[in-house]
Amino acid sequence: MNDSWENLIAGVKNRDIRAAARLITRVENRAPGWKEAMSRIYSRTGSARVIGITGSPGAGKSTLTCAMTKELISRGLTVGIIAIDPSSPFSGGALLGDRLRMKEIFETPGVFIRSMATRGMLGGLCQAARDVVRILDLFGKDIILVETVGVGQDEIEVVKTADLVMVVCMPGQGDGIQAIKAGVMEIADLYVVNKADMPGVDEAVADILAMLELSTETGKPSAPVLKTSALKNQGVKEVVTAFLDHRTDEDRRQAKAEIRAREEILSLLAQEVSGYILKQWENENRFCESVNQVLKKQKDPYAIVKEMTQRFNWS
Amino acid sequence: MNQGGKIRVLVAKPGLDGHERGAQVVAYGLRDAGFEVIYTGLRQTAEQIVSTAIQEDVDVVGLSILSGAHLSLTRKVMDGLKAQGADDILVIVGGIIPDPDIQKLKDMGVGEVFVSGTPVSAIAQYIASAVSTRKNAG
Repeated sequence: MNDSWENLIAGVKNRDIRAAARLITRVENRAPGWKEAMSRIYSRTGSARVIGITGSPGAGKSTLTCAMTKELISRGLTVGIIAIDPSSPFSGGALLGDRLRMKEIFETPGVFIRSMATRGMLGGLCQAARDVVRILDLFGKDIILVETVGVGQDEIEVVKTADLVMVVCMPGQGDGIQAIKAGVMEIADLYVVNKADMPGVDEAVADILAMLELSTETGKPSAPVLKTSALKNQGVKEVVTAFLDHRTDEDRRQAKAEIRAREEILSLLAQEVSGYILKQWENENRFCESVNQVLKKQKDPYAIVKEMTQRFNWS
Repeated sequence: MNQGGKIRVLVAKPGLDGHERGAQVVAYGLRDAGFEVIYTGLRQTAEQIVSTAIQEDVDVVGLSILSGAHLSLTRKVMDGLKAQGADDILVIVGGIIPDPDIQKLKDMGVGEVFVSGTPVSAIAQYIASAVSTRKNAG
């Protein structure tokens, strides 16, 4: 298989699964030429609807994702899934286990599942996830579900890039709902209380409604709260209908799109600039040296950064 | 290997045996060795394994088999990968494998066989060197 960027992109357009998988790997690895490749496909993307799914660990996000996918497929839609799990900060490795709950759709035609590790890139996860969304979009997926654990700012940023954000809770969480509300509260378009076959479901719904009442943001329609039992396939149809029917009013959509475009340019720029400087630094072998100087208290980090940026006449 | 690229490994248990412990130990061990491990758990069909390996674009498929059906299950996975043009993916097998079958598995194209008792570090070392050799060759 000829792995040139051109061939891979052509393959994705022809709905070649292997080409899509490989293009994702290349872009995720930031192989030389990735930005040019993304630039080439950008104009052909934007037609897929992107749903961000977040919530605390164990709430049933993957099981729900699987159940929703089956429902979407039965409605004649194609689905791409990006399932994000954390990388270990110690080894850099990751255990990506979301597929454990999605076995039923491994071979379903029209479904493409990709597991993704956070890889500990500063702000990089967000961009990498956006890139994978675009590749799946080019691949022709109607709906793209981005699933991530609702802990850590980076991951919340990821779901924020979606057209619609779904927060999954479960009964008996109590303070768990409190814990995820920071940062998530403002971005949820839809709440789902999963495991509704367990006791305490009505209390969980009441908790969320009470929390929503406290929201002071004006002009935002309050997010619906739905109940599901993903394992028993109950309430899943209603959730799918809710997000397919969900329409953001035009002003809000525009505002969101503007913020997104702004954030994306800034994040690409920040990565580019810091990457460029760091590369020069490493070429001169100075990064390690600087770290040592800080450790030995010979220099401070402020002075080092100033020194490094001075040559660009910035400061 | 590409800059920032991680070795991706699918750890899967084909067939009907329900003993998951070994596969889990290997999955965690490989994560700790710095690999990205996709873990799909018990009772996978060859078709599920092949489709996962392709969508996830893994470098390595690790099959854990303790049922005694390693020859036929591995054959199915190898054939499936080949049918999809994905036989460049390295396949390794672990579990309870009788000595005489090790060569038979290798003849099918399996890269290495790790019988029970193998330290995970040995598997990690094998994967790291085999994948880098393959990438350089490709």
